Amino acid sequence: MNVNRLIGFLMLFVVAMSSPIFAADYVVDSKGMHASINFRIKHLGYSWLTGRFNHIEGTFSYDENNVEATKISIEIDPASIDSNHAERDKHLRDSDFLHVKKYPDARFVSTRVESTGAGTATLYGDLTLHGITREIQIQVTAVGGGPDPWGGYRQGFTGTTKILLKDFGIDFDLGPASTEVEFDLNIEGIRKG
Amino acid sequence: MLRNTKEDYGWVAIVLHWVLALLIIGLFAMGIWMRSLGYYDTWYNRAPDLHKSLGLLTFLLLVLRYLWRMGNEMPQPSLKLSNWEKTSSRIAHTWLYLLTLIVILSGYLISTADDKSVSFFGVFSLPAAFSAIEKQEDIAGEIHEIVAWVMMGLVLLHTLASLKHHFVDKDVTLVRMLGLRKKN
Repeated sequence: MNVNRLIGFLMLFVVAMSSPIFAADYVVDSKGMHASINFRIKHLGYSWLTGRFNHIEGTFSYDENNVEATKISIEIDPASIDSNHAERDKHLRDSDFLHVKKYPDARFVSTRVESTGAGTATLYGDLTLHGITREIQIQVTAVGGGPDPWGGYRQGFTGTTKILLKDFGIDFDLGPASTEVEFDLNIEGIRKG
Repeated sequence: MLRNTKEDYGWVAIVLHWVLALLIIGLFAMGIWMRSLGYYDTWYNRAPDLHKSLGLLTFLLLVLRYLWRMGNEMPQPSLKLSNWEKTSSRIAHTWLYLLTLIVILSGYLISTADDKSVSFFGVFSLPAAFSAIEKQEDIAGEIHEIVAWVMMGLVLLHTLASLKHHFVDKDVTLVRMLGLRKKN
């Protein structure tokens, strides 16, 4: 049954092409901006102030059958901080906070991944911010993946983490309720090649 | 006398000069002080608001002063001055006006970088005119700070020059701006 075998082989080929059985490399979709690093910090303990970093770039490798082999690195332009208030953003870029003139680079580079269930994992990695590098943990959930309508293949995740400002040497006193910053991360990658 | 004469400044010119001197030096000190305030300080938001209102007031008085100057005679400079002293004095006075304008304009461009308006003592709001440059608040902020320091250098020079007139040249330049010239 040569024809059946050929069809079967073709089917297998199509399946192999459309779902990554092996770890594939992805580029974070910064061009279409389907990625965001959002933060929130309590204001006086009475409400949440939200903002984001507008300029981010990155790559990751991902194999849904071997999640713990995932690697990701993200470059963040700290000067692109945007809290929808120019005077505050100017202050946040200043030496009281991110001091972006002295520390123009920020990045996250993963070190290891622990799977915590179906589609969830803890991502460990080094966050460099304000010239200080520390390990942080990000709780990640796989949102989805598959072909896009324009001939590409995409994979997307969401994540949350939090940091203490003082851990990164930022000691401007915003009050006792505002020592911690929470992050909401959305990362969508387009498969390379 | 409200109006200037060939020999003396009128009271309008004198008052405008000293009110502007107070505002310009005061706003400079205020700018340094308010940046040192902590987040929980009562003046943390109040001081910048007042700084902006006083900055707008400075602009209005500066325009008024210029118009008044255009519509008035100017007392003649001291006859003892050499030509280079007259020329450099004229240049310095022009730059006192220009630098003040640059500081006010750059301050306005910080506050309006995201299309927010600037309030004048809560009486009216001056809307943003221009907010197109990327990181406008940072660029305008650098200009605001650097030009303010240069301006203070020029204010110091202006002050020293007036003291030189009074104590070295022993002429009426300083006393007539104080409205104290004895009339014979």
